[in-house]
Parts: sequence; C-alpha cells; structure tokens
Amino acid sequence: MTAALALGDDALVLAHRLGEWAGHAPVLEEEVALANIALDLLGQARVLLSMAGDEDELAYLREERAFRNVQLVEQENGDFAHTIARQLYFSTYQELLYGQLAAGESEFAPLARKAAKEVAYHRDHAEHWTLRLGDGTAQSRERMRRGLDTLWRYTGELFEPVDGLDLDRDALRRGWTDSIGSVLDRATLTVPEGPQRGAWTAGAGRQGLHTEPFGRMLAEMQHLHRSHPGATW
Amino acid sequence: MVTEELGTTALEEELRRLAGSVPDPELPVLTLDELGVLRGLQILGPGRVEVELTPTYTGCPAIESMSADIQRVLHEHGIPEVAVRTVLSPPWTTDAISTEGRRKLEEFGIAPPRPGGGPGPSSGPVMVELTVRCPHCGSTDTTLLSRFSSTACKALRRCESCREPFDHFKEL
Repeated sequence: MTAALALGDDALVLAHRLGEWAGHAPVLEEEVALANIALDLLGQARVLLSMAGDEDELAYLREERAFRNVQLVEQENGDFAHTIARQLYFSTYQELLYGQLAAGESEFAPLARKAAKEVAYHRDHAEHWTLRLGDGTAQSRERMRRGLDTLWRYTGELFEPVDGLDLDRDALRRGWTDSIGSVLDRATLTVPEGPQRGAWTAGAGRQGLHTEPFGRMLAEMQHLHRSHPGATW
Repeated sequence: MVTEELGTTALEEELRRLAGSVPDPELPVLTLDELGVLRGLQILGPGRVEVELTPTYTGCPAIESMSADIQRVLHEHGIPEVAVRTVLSPPWTTDAISTEGRRKLEEFGIAPPRPGGGPGPSSGPVMVELTVRCPHCGSTDTTLLSRFSSTACKALRRCESCREPFDHFKEL
C-alpha cells in the first residue's frame, strides 16, 4: 500500500503544519481558512491511511523513516508568504493529481472525485494570496519571492513515480508548470531558477528520508498519543 | 411472500424517513434528508439495519454525530443493531440539498448554494465571485470576505446594502 501511504502522509503532514497556524494567523479570516484547509486534508488522510492499515497507528506510532510524504509538506510554516508558497506548489499539484485519479478506475477514484473539488478551493485560496502578496507592497512581494525561491528545490519530488499509482507524470508536470507560471506571471513574479531538487535531501521523502524539521514536528504530533496510549475523550 | 416483501419495504421506508428526519448537528434547521447526505437504508435481518451516509466534505467532523444520532433514533424505534456505513461515491454536491432545505437555509440567515455544483477539476479560478443574495435584506450587492468560514462548507460574505456579514453555503 505504498501509494495510499504516500498520498495519505502528504495530506496528514500538511494538515498538521497548517494546524500550527491556529492562534498565530495574521487575521481571523486566515486563521479560519487555514484550519478549514487543514481539516479537509485531515479527512483525506484518514480515508487514505485507512486503506493502508489502522489510521491512528499509522499516524501516531510510526517513526520518521516510515513516513512516505514528500519533503515539501514537512517544511516549516515560516512567515505567511512562505506558507502560501508551499500551499501554491502543493495544492496545484494535488488538484492535478486527484483530477487524474478521479478520471481513472483505481481504488483511489472515489476519494479523488470528492477531494478534487475541495482542493480546487485550496488552490484558489493560494492563488489569490500569491497575487495579493506578489503584486502588493515591496515587503510582501519580497517575502513572497523568498518563500517561492526557498521551497523551489522541493518541487521536483512531486513528479517522481509512486509505486501503485498509474499516472501520466509528464502531463502532471506540464500542467503544474503551466499553472504555476501563469499565476506567478499575473502576480508580477518570476518562476524561480535553479534545480527542483537539492544535493541529497530533496526527492527522498517517498523513500523515507526526511529533512530536519520533520522530526521535531512528529515529536509534537505524536507526543500525546505516545504518552497516553489508548486514551479516549 | 409478496405481503412479506411489501411489509419489509414499508418498514424500510418508515425507518428511512426516521433516519432522514434527524437534524444536521451543525445546521440544525436542516434534516439529513434535506441536506442530501442519507444515501440508503437496508434491513439486513430482524432488528438489523444498515444505513449509508455520505459526508459533505471528506473531513467533515459532523459525520460522527450524524451516525450516533441515526443509531439513537433507530434504537428508540426498536432496532437494536444499526450499522452506519460512510460512502464517498458518488461524491456529495450542494445540488443534493433539497428545495425545502435551500429555503430553510436562507430563512436561517445562510445564503444557499447556487445550483450547478462546485469547481470542476483544474477548472481555473473557482467561481465564488458571482452574485450571492443577502439572506437578510435580499440585496445582490454582496462582497466575499473569506472563502472559508465557520465550517469548511461555508464562505463568509458581507452585504454592502445592510452591512450585515453572512455565511454562504458555497458550491461543491
């Protein structure tokens, strides 16, 4: 069940990262928006991880090396523009991915048909903010540019093959590149230059190799469950 | 045999009506039937019933209290064994909300979703900018404040005529 784990871990880890904004977002509307996006992703993660095994065991009792998410989603929130850059890169990918899965007949099709519409709103949210920040003040523009540049090297991994997923990866990459190019153009920004993968780090999340911030995130996410096994409300 | 089948059907219909009349835990003005999330009910045997329920959003936390409420109502009606199964396919859309449900939403101060469902896959900008009527004063001069509101299924808008903020059940 490599594919269910890969997609489920992407959704779970990003849901947790977005949940970290609760109590810290710049305005109340964004606090609510990011939490709602996190909730959508958590719902998708529950369906996907349940296809691979027991959702709670998988989420709370696996070690870092057993997670199969791409490294993009585990990156720290940074400032708001950095989070929006991560959202733009990921939700654009996820909408195209679910779109392909929804058109197929695999076991992922029912979830993909449902989640594609939810993710369309996530992508729309990220695009609007990219336009506002990129075509905004000198400071918002600089921060948006920095977020996009910093995360660029984690985007190559999105197009790596995943065992058990029958995808047209060329179409995925093409659709993603076109969409990101068009949004950044409208936001008066330029597509970052440089490789879409790092020397050894990027491109390995699907194999269980993760970046430094991920261990700290997992410690916090799993702490309660590990300290009080079997606890219920 | 014919009468027995008819009897089962009549009981199924009654139980389905009971399950469908359970109020939505987050929007108590609507019943599950009006929301369009009750997909089916089958009698599996004496005192054994299976109910099919579909979530509005994949992560909708209300689905668990919906299941518990359906089980309670059917238990009270003498069905000891009630299994509630969540189904994802075909996906729920806001078009599944009944006409009566839309009317009640508006009366409750929530602008109902426009017909035609939500965003298609990779369809470009999500069209949430088209006119939504203020549920308080009826003006069409309203502005989107946030795509996400108190729950994932709603957007937050403000009426430029009466200045009241209101929720809009956004299209999915």
